[in-house]
Amino acid sequence: MNAVLFVATLLLYLAATVAYLAFLVKPREVLGKISRWVLTGGFVVHAVYTVDRYIEAGYTPITNLHESLSFFGLAIAGVYLIFERKYRTIILGSFVTPLVLLILIGSTGFPSAISPLNPALKSRWLAVHTVMAFLSYAAFAVAFGAAIMYLIQEHFLKSKKLGALYQKLPSLDVLDEINYRCLTLGFPLLTFAIISGAIWAESAWGTYWSWDPKETWSLITWFVYAALLHGRLTTGWRGKKAAWLAIIGFFVLLFTFLGVNLFMSGLHSYT
Amino acid sequence: MNIVVVGLSHKTASVEIREKIAFAPTQMEKPLRMLIAIDDIAEAVIVSTCNRVELYASTRDVAGGMARLKRFLGDYHGVPVEVLEPHLYSHHGEAAIRHVFRVAASLDSMVVGEPQILGQIKTAYGYAAEFRTSGIILNRFLHKAFSVAKRVRTETKIASSAVSVSFAAVELARKIFGDLSDKTVMLIGAGEMCELAAKHFLNNGARGVMVTNRTYERAERLAEEFEGKAIHFEDLFDQLHKADIVLSSTGATHYIIRPKDIDEVIRRRKMKPMFFIDIAVPRDIDPKVNDVENVYLYDMDDLQNVVASNLQQRAEEAKKAEGIIEEEIGQFYKWISSLEVTPTIVALRSKFEDVRRAELEKTLSAWKDLPPDGAKRLEALTAAIVNKLLHPPTATLKRTGQGGRTDLYVDALRTLFDLQTELPEPEGSLELEE
Repeated sequence: MNAVLFVATLLLYLAATVAYLAFLVKPREVLGKISRWVLTGGFVVHAVYTVDRYIEAGYTPITNLHESLSFFGLAIAGVYLIFERKYRTIILGSFVTPLVLLILIGSTGFPSAISPLNPALKSRWLAVHTVMAFLSYAAFAVAFGAAIMYLIQEHFLKSKKLGALYQKLPSLDVLDEINYRCLTLGFPLLTFAIISGAIWAESAWGTYWSWDPKETWSLITWFVYAALLHGRLTTGWRGKKAAWLAIIGFFVLLFTFLGVNLFMSGLHSYT
Repeated sequence: MNIVVVGLSHKTASVEIREKIAFAPTQMEKPLRMLIAIDDIAEAVIVSTCNRVELYASTRDVAGGMARLKRFLGDYHGVPVEVLEPHLYSHHGEAAIRHVFRVAASLDSMVVGEPQILGQIKTAYGYAAEFRTSGIILNRFLHKAFSVAKRVRTETKIASSAVSVSFAAVELARKIFGDLSDKTVMLIGAGEMCELAAKHFLNNGARGVMVTNRTYERAERLAEEFEGKAIHFEDLFDQLHKADIVLSSTGATHYIIRPKDIDEVIRRRKMKPMFFIDIAVPRDIDPKVNDVENVYLYDMDDLQNVVASNLQQRAEEAKKAEGIIEEEIGQFYKWISSLEVTPTIVALRSKFEDVRRAELEKTLSAWKDLPPDGAKRLEALTAAIVNKLLHPPTATLKRTGQGGRTDLYVDALRTLFDLQTELPEPEGSLELEE
């Protein structure tokens, strides 16, 4: 059951990616609608997969790399669908859905068997901490997509080479706005994830903060986004600068999430 | 029945000629009624715009019909036909269909892709419908033309880009700012081009206007016209941060706006983007201003390049549109030919024959104790019934075949007996769209 749902999810995301990329080539209304429905379908099946796994395992299924990547993809698809609804920018999907698909494909590279929960993780903080963290990651992933689109569109406008893609991409204003909204959504979530992690750490290991690589990198990520938010609010870091920071921030985040797990050992190494 | 088109356009006639034979839009009843009073002109529609005057008609006699339409055009406006003749084009059959489809899809317009022409044809058709001078053929024909135009518009990007400098500027502003409704326009200099561009911005939603000029009185006068605010020229850099879109067209011989000025202005705006349009020749704004972050500077050449590439894009899209039209012509032409009497009689007969055969076979195969000559008798009986029933409509059709209301009967028969299977029904509802 679980495996079938996962394969269905993968296929639906693949179809959605193809549909969104087709929309990028030929922006027809019908194609946009199809894309959205297929992606929504993928999201729903994916959510069912996650809930099914939760029931089967008896814990929040974000405890190893397969589960984490899968949940990351689910969160991005969900956050993206909300943004598409709000800003009616279907073309953003052409940049975000391939990312979702890649992450899901990546998750197949890690063992997916349900195993008994590591005693250290047996806590109600597991759900709070991980779900918050991945929702914030998802918001930053959408910001990353919007930032890439911003830089492309900005390049067209500055260089005065207005090709077909220029016509299709949204205005700089909308892209910058999406970037900002993602930031104001993602940053509090990330903050909360770090705080809840610290509280959990205190109850599990008796110390709030032990500077293990994951904690350190989380803090670095937090600082990057804090700087971006601060810059936006006070000195008007908007547009190109904000887009670059959203991209840099996302790479730091990816390193915090994957790099630390794969290349460094520490207290978080089981994820 | 045949469709004919007679007319002239900006491509074949000067404005002097076009003026002379234009029809007043408010007085369409008289010429329309005169047209269908002409021998052998069954239906008529008059399209009259500043760029073209065209008569669409359905007639049985193509050559005679076209000659009569030409004469009517000259006589009605008091212009000798010999004077008019060299400027006129006339098409019939497939060529006429192609012509009207192209006109409706705005492929024959001065600016290819401009949307007004479709509305004008719809209005023209509206008059003809009101005064009942269009009938079954032209009704279907024009509805088809509307749906073809719509298909061209949705399937190609023929009208999706701005083809004037002012509109190109508005389009660029939309790509930078999105919504223009809370944006302020600043005019530096009070030139005519500047004024025109500012009007386009206001028509497209821009909110406030500020005007500055070396002579303050002129700035005041223009500001009043736009219900905006005049600013002393010396205060320009104090006020510039309030503007989102800046149109500059002073007569200055050197740059009046330099990157270092804008560095400061943009910082005062907290890096909110600015769009500069330099309409002046020689230029007012140092091109290096474009390098300042979040500042976009376009001069006259840049805008003209945008327009040129848009026009080129339209030309490419027009090729696609021609393809769509070729597809649609064939379909419509088939429908027109289906209105001929003979194919309809043949179709009707074969339809009846098919039904008779099918029913007969069903009965025979189920009838076990049928007497020996029963099958033969049933065959003769059913054949006789069908023949008797078909005789009156066939005779009527053949009789009216020489003229009159044939199309109406043929179309009714085809609809009632569902004979469209062999000939596709043209699309397009009978309602006027939009």
